Amino acid sequence: MAGGAPDAGGGTGSGSGYRGLIGPLLLPTWLMIGIFMVLPVCLMVAYSFLTKEFRGGVEWEFSLAAYDQFFVTRGLFGDEPPSIEWTYITIFWRSVWQAVIATLFCLIVGFPTAWFIATRPAAVRGVWLFLITIPYWVNLLIRTVSLKFLIRDNGPLNEALMSIGLIDGPLPLVNTNLAVQLGLFYSYLPFMVLPIYAAVERYNFAYSEAAADLYASRWVILREIVLPIVRPGIVAGCILVFIPAIGAFLAPDLLGGAKTFMIGSLIEEQFKGSLGNWPFGAAVSVILMTLVLLALLIYARQSARGGQR
Amino acid sequence: MKGLRHYPGFLGMTILCLVILYAPLVVVTVYSFNGSTSITTWGGLSLRWYADVFTGPEAPRFAAAAWNSLTIALLAGTAATLIATAAAVAMMRGGRFRGRPATFALINLPLLVPEIVTAVATLIFFTMIGLTTGYLTILIAHMTFCIPFAYLPIAARLQGIDDSYEQAARDLYASRWQAFRLILLPLLAPGVISGFLLAFIISLDDFLITNFVKGAGMETLPTAIFGSVKQGIKPNIMAISTLMLVVSILFVTLSYLINRMGRRSP
Repeated sequence: MAGGAPDAGGGTGSGSGYRGLIGPLLLPTWLMIGIFMVLPVCLMVAYSFLTKEFRGGVEWEFSLAAYDQFFVTRGLFGDEPPSIEWTYITIFWRSVWQAVIATLFCLIVGFPTAWFIATRPAAVRGVWLFLITIPYWVNLLIRTVSLKFLIRDNGPLNEALMSIGLIDGPLPLVNTNLAVQLGLFYSYLPFMVLPIYAAVERYNFAYSEAAADLYASRWVILREIVLPIVRPGIVAGCILVFIPAIGAFLAPDLLGGAKTFMIGSLIEEQFKGSLGNWPFGAAVSVILMTLVLLALLIYARQSARGGQR
Repeated sequence: MKGLRHYPGFLGMTILCLVILYAPLVVVTVYSFNGSTSITTWGGLSLRWYADVFTGPEAPRFAAAAWNSLTIALLAGTAATLIATAAAVAMMRGGRFRGRPATFALINLPLLVPEIVTAVATLIFFTMIGLTTGYLTILIAHMTFCIPFAYLPIAARLQGIDDSYEQAARDLYASRWQAFRLILLPLLAPGVISGFLLAFIISLDDFLITNFVKGAGMETLPTAIFGSVKQGIKPNIMAISTLMLVVSILFVTLSYLINRMGRRSP
């Protein structure tokens, strides 16, 4: 799905007579996504400004309580002067940080992989790409459970490492930050490989040859020539990994513990059972969505600048 | 200078990438054939956990969940494919029209909004309009987020089909419908099938949105598995995971082959 969005801008000719049918053909799409996606998101924004009801749910009365709860604290009994509430900002910061680390992991492994595949003969590239994409289509829950099974304290990974004598006791991986980062990395790695692959495939190796003729070493060529040219692909890959990673639920929930609590779990908690707080959950979702839109905006501006060059 | 394409260590990284991607899946598949009741010790090859999935104490629960998952994926996949095909024809054959960029953004919206946000928004929407959560809410939610996944391969394929075939048919007095049904649709078929298979898989896979809108007592396979896993990974979960893994890989391979076959023919 990455980078392959077929929108050449303007489609092909209009000679086959579909012009008059554009409205009816697009109506189902507009209705479905409009009613069941755009409208719900608007409602969610409205909900974040409502008053919480005790049994979960809301009362239709305007309130900033949800955002107040997120950003402001007045002490344990609410009688102290207001100051910044760090609890939720910390959870957000941790989520951003975990997503950044996972994105870096993906880049370190994904770039060489994409490069390697893009430089294979055209006939076998498809097979390599297919091998990379298969795991993405396997249920994310099953992949996360599998990873947990592999890295748990007395799981196959630790047993293997102990039997070859690399470690004496099992590495406690589950419930650590590393496990969550590994889970996120594992979940979204194909998103990094595909756009970088698309960029490297289009790269004209005559540039590399010209640089080599002028006595540039291959690593200098990679850094000074290749990287600036394929940068849009790298940025696209980072965005595609970062966005789902920051709001991920399964990896932190199954692989992490209380210390690795992320936004996804914070939101989920607000809608489960009677202890939930719907306006607060909606507010946290709105803040997350704003963050993601900001990341997309930066990406759009970056790629627009890249296009001008 | 062919050497400029090759960097030392890049092959190693590719292999590492594949090992990371496949190791957990392989390990779970192997352990699903474990004859032991404990997940840590190896008790010889056995199919007992597969038998347990179909006849064990949790079998009725899994069967109901599997039925829900499959029928929802079938219905949502079909609906999303029909909607996406219509949209792709308008977007790729309608020329430039006002609202085209906005429609393009709208189609891709489900891919851009974080899944958990979609889940929250959908739950709030269904609660507000008073639609009882259950089968219907899951189906509607799946139909919506499957549209872009069905759209991408269909639109990509449509873009590669020359307009002149349909124009020739129209010049020979074929009606608009005949030109679509007899000329465009057969050429487009691989894209449509591929789109359907991807939408089907995406629906079958979804956990987060389903978990929010499903309501009490309603389960799909992923939510049923999640419920079981919360109490620890049991061997029968590995067997059912392996079965789902095989179904996913089968469908994606099918989609890939159909797409490739189609690319060669016209």
